[in-house]
Amino acid sequence: MRTLVRYLKPHFGHMGLQLTIKMLGTVAELFLPSLLSIILDECAPSGNMAGVWWLGLGMVLSALAACVGNVVANRMSTSITRQFTYAMRRDLFRKVTALSAAQQDRVTDASLVSRLSTDTYNVNNMVDRLQRLGVRAPIMLLGGICVSLTLDPVLTLVLIATLPLLAMTVIFTSRKGVPLFTRVQEGQDHMVRKVQENMSGARVIRALSRTQHEREAFEEVNEELSRRQRTADMTMAVVSPIVNLVLNTGLALVVLVGAYRVSVGAALPGTIIAFLSYFTIILNAMLSISRLFVMYSKGSASARRIEEILLMPEDLLMQEAPAHDSGAHVAFRNVSFSYNKHYDNLSHIDFEIGHGQTLGVIGPTGSGKSTLLSLLMRQYDPDQGEILLDGKPLPSLTRDELHGRLGVVFQNDFLMADTIRENIRFGREVSGESMQNAIDCAQAGFIRKKEGGLEFPLNVKGRNLSGGQQQRVLICRALAGDPRLLLLDDCSSALDFRTDRELRHALRERHGQATTIIVAQRVSSVMAADKILVMDKGRIIGMGTHEELLKNCPMYRELTLMQLGGEAV
Amino acid sequence: MINARGPRGRGATGARTRQPASQVLKKLWKYLARYQWLIIAASLLSVLANILALLSPRLSGAAIDAILPGSVNFPIVIRYVLLMVLVAALSAGLSWLLSAMMIRLSRSVVKQMRADLFNHMTYLPVSFFDTHQTGDVISILSYDVDTVGASISTDLTQILTSLITVVGSFSMMMSISPVLMIIFLFTIPVSIMFTKHRSQKVRPLFSARSRMLGKLNGYNEETVSGLKTIRAYHQEDEFNDRFATHNGDATTATWRAEHYAVKTGPTVNLINNISMSLVSVFGSVLYMLGGITLGGVSSFVLYSRKFSGPINEFANILSELQSALAAAERVLGLIEMDVEPEDAPDAADVIHCRGEVEFRDVSFGYTPDVTVLHDVSFTASPGKTIAIVGETGCGKTTMINLLMRFYDVSKGAILLDGRDIRSLKRSSLRRQFTMVLQDTWLFDGTVYDNIAYARPDATREEVIAAAKAAHIHEMILSLPDGYDTVVTGSGSSISKGQKQLMTIARAMLLDARMLILDEATSNVDTRTEHLIRDAMLALQKGRTSFIIAHRLSTIVGADEILVMDKGRIVERGTHSELLEKNGVYAAMYNAQFDHAGPAA
Repeated sequence: MRTLVRYLKPHFGHMGLQLTIKMLGTVAELFLPSLLSIILDECAPSGNMAGVWWLGLGMVLSALAACVGNVVANRMSTSITRQFTYAMRRDLFRKVTALSAAQQDRVTDASLVSRLSTDTYNVNNMVDRLQRLGVRAPIMLLGGICVSLTLDPVLTLVLIATLPLLAMTVIFTSRKGVPLFTRVQEGQDHMVRKVQENMSGARVIRALSRTQHEREAFEEVNEELSRRQRTADMTMAVVSPIVNLVLNTGLALVVLVGAYRVSVGAALPGTIIAFLSYFTIILNAMLSISRLFVMYSKGSASARRIEEILLMPEDLLMQEAPAHDSGAHVAFRNVSFSYNKHYDNLSHIDFEIGHGQTLGVIGPTGSGKSTLLSLLMRQYDPDQGEILLDGKPLPSLTRDELHGRLGVVFQNDFLMADTIRENIRFGREVSGESMQNAIDCAQAGFIRKKEGGLEFPLNVKGRNLSGGQQQRVLICRALAGDPRLLLLDDCSSALDFRTDRELRHALRERHGQATTIIVAQRVSSVMAADKILVMDKGRIIGMGTHEELLKNCPMYRELTLMQLGGEAV
Repeated sequence: MINARGPRGRGATGARTRQPASQVLKKLWKYLARYQWLIIAASLLSVLANILALLSPRLSGAAIDAILPGSVNFPIVIRYVLLMVLVAALSAGLSWLLSAMMIRLSRSVVKQMRADLFNHMTYLPVSFFDTHQTGDVISILSYDVDTVGASISTDLTQILTSLITVVGSFSMMMSISPVLMIIFLFTIPVSIMFTKHRSQKVRPLFSARSRMLGKLNGYNEETVSGLKTIRAYHQEDEFNDRFATHNGDATTATWRAEHYAVKTGPTVNLINNISMSLVSVFGSVLYMLGGITLGGVSSFVLYSRKFSGPINEFANILSELQSALAAAERVLGLIEMDVEPEDAPDAADVIHCRGEVEFRDVSFGYTPDVTVLHDVSFTASPGKTIAIVGETGCGKTTMINLLMRFYDVSKGAILLDGRDIRSLKRSSLRRQFTMVLQDTWLFDGTVYDNIAYARPDATREEVIAAAKAAHIHEMILSLPDGYDTVVTGSGSSISKGQKQLMTIARAMLLDARMLILDEATSNVDTRTEHLIRDAMLALQKGRTSFIIAHRLSTIVGADEILVMDKGRIVERGTHSELLEKNGVYAAMYNAQFDHAGPAA
């Protein structure tokens, strides 16, 4: 909670003012029963009609003041909540975008989504309610107690005696509540994951006639979530009845003790009547407070989940490291890496490429080609060895040095439900000319034929484009920033051969000065590269030009034979 | 900064017009109706609880009437005090029971609503998933459903309790002093009118809040799915800026709704306090005139407070109910969304099919104004392999969509064994196909479960045999827990090609008459592709197969190759016939050997 309290700090001034106004309104409301008791105990028995009217007017004025005070204070508190939630969500989102790939894998996407949505919503509710009821209820409680103390201290003490019991009940249950509500939120994560799976796999699930199975699987998740919610709710549901019981018993004692006090002449019956009025206020305040604790338990379970993200240490920090300039643009020095630290996905990778050169990477499925690119972009840090960009180790580079003028296309890359233009621009400053060049180079002329051209709106994940069109939009994105370093991961797998060839041709013509790494399945995509890496099981098993590899790398030779036929070898 | 207004504005229920509150309530009642016994029992309990609660001012009033300065009647006082404790204990017990029942009710309704939403989604046309953000749907399944649920559990009991308290206090006050009741003739209608007026103003604001939260969540979910790319381009700041707009919209919408809603409670409270002032003034006057006892005034005041409490509550509930109605509207909007057109009433089950597929003059467009397939006709005889080639975007995948009836043809017909597929039940039609798509889909579960997904009854031997045939067995064994390794959503340690091989293994377990391979091996390296070729051929054997591939090596053996261009078949024939023709196909085929062409 401490981290989130920080977000309230800038509003402490306003909250103080809001609290004061609320307090004034509440005090005005507390006058009502006092005035009432004067009317009934003094004016009425003595027949003072004028007093009755004047005090009646006083009651109406107090009621008005209470109303205005409450409305003003409530509005102030909604404004404070608005700013609080805005800032908390902003920082949570900022932190989510700043997580490293390893941290993201650990928390899981589904959990990030539910923390950004239901958890922030729960905290928003908690802060809002705490301000609105959290001031009123304790003041009503304290005020009620104070006024009743002045009415009759002995009777008040009877009521106060029940408070420790109430406090224990409330604190004990809310302490039990936090872990229960945490489990509810974890259930939300599972539900989010199930929905994500079903929305992305709708076609496959239908094609395999597995909708019934998915309904059952959702039913399980749903049942589990409902069960957890029920458990949490049931635990919290004991608070109100207990508070009610304890206070009402206290009240009965008050009447009894009051009777003794009246009999010994220490109190008047009217005092007991007024006391009963205050008692209703005290009871309602206590019930409000107990409900606040329920809200607090729920909110603080969510707050902890949010803080967990906010407090994650910054991963992949910058580190000073000596540069060793070898003239190469990109160099891997004996790099090994494992995702799960179980077996190496890359081992002892060692190569370099000069400025403006093209490196081809080819090898079987799962041989570590994509991982190589991930490491180069510092999505992860290698377990061993180092990677140099312009002779500088990656950890010594700022994000701008590392990612500025980088163009990349991943497999299964990210397209947003937005215009084609925004998907290509991707937040960068891109001139109209660069945009057109990128379209020409990526063989993406189809964009111009779409209705609205660049303004054509894409569906979710770009699903209203064919696979090949998606790839070409992604290539446009990579090229539009006039990259110095271009990383293409199997980016032409959905392109036909002719388009692929024209793309390669255009890349060479227009982006020949960019250092390019092409990961591909097709020999024809990499054969003209300055250097080709042949990878297998995370190792480099061949390195050289097409001609060299044909001679000394059997796997490469085999691939070429298979794909291009005998005359190529 | 990125322009935040884009086509992303489509909310899950954006197109729906607002439904009148009575409609929404009527539909919500359907959810409650099946628990009507629970509701009736709860109502009875709350009547009881309230009668008990109403008794206690009477009891305390009676006790106080026995307390007179100088002559306190202790036996009576003690009797009433004991009764008060008894009543308090009973009413606490009842109120616990009542809330337990309401929790059961609301949780059951929430669960049912979520199940209905999800099940309904499984009947929606696939285009739904292309045009709706996952996050927006999640938002409906979480906040909107929960808002409705919270309203049922708290508001329903409170409305019940309030109604009973109001009626009870009213009759109690009537019995004490009908004259003083005249005051309420003025204040109650004012409260009611005011509350009604407020709720009409507040509801659209709550609708906006639900919508904006849905949009924000849609954006969040989308961005989280693209974090890798955002990091690669170092565009975190830009995406944060864009988030700021959504965040601002959502917090402002929430604030606006709350800002107006918070006025209701205190104002109704004001009206009640004024009536209390009037009661005490006129009560005293009446006392002075000898029309009422002091204890009577005191009880009346207590009842009037009891009376005003629920009215106050009621006003608050009404504003909360507005947020529940707004949320329910979004829930219903999704539940009532049009499903895939229902199977014809006389639709047949396909039990045994030979696998003869005919496209007869098929034309189709995703939107009525853009036709993407023009008069496509061909016949696939049982067991034959049809390959479909052409530039990307020429309509290949569309043909598969039509074949699986993800969409229905606009013109012409597709026939299976001579029967129009629109006369067949969708589910049984789809069961006739085994399909491997370029879009690999694995769910959060073990490798084993992912492979056995389409056939949960498969034995472990069969699953392993399929994995071996797809050349993925060894790789699976090298995973930390072998077949029991959990594939997570991001699953970065498993490559795209390996995922493709797993989906191929999944397909190999299925025994359907027809096979669709849509770029099934696009991310698999040629060597592995070569290794699994036998298995793929075995998969095609005896099945009518449709293959879409850019790698022409996979289709040279097809019985017929259809060359598509801009939604039309421009060439057809076997590999050798087409090469001889020296047309579009021959050019495409030769392009892949054109290694003289420069690389990048």
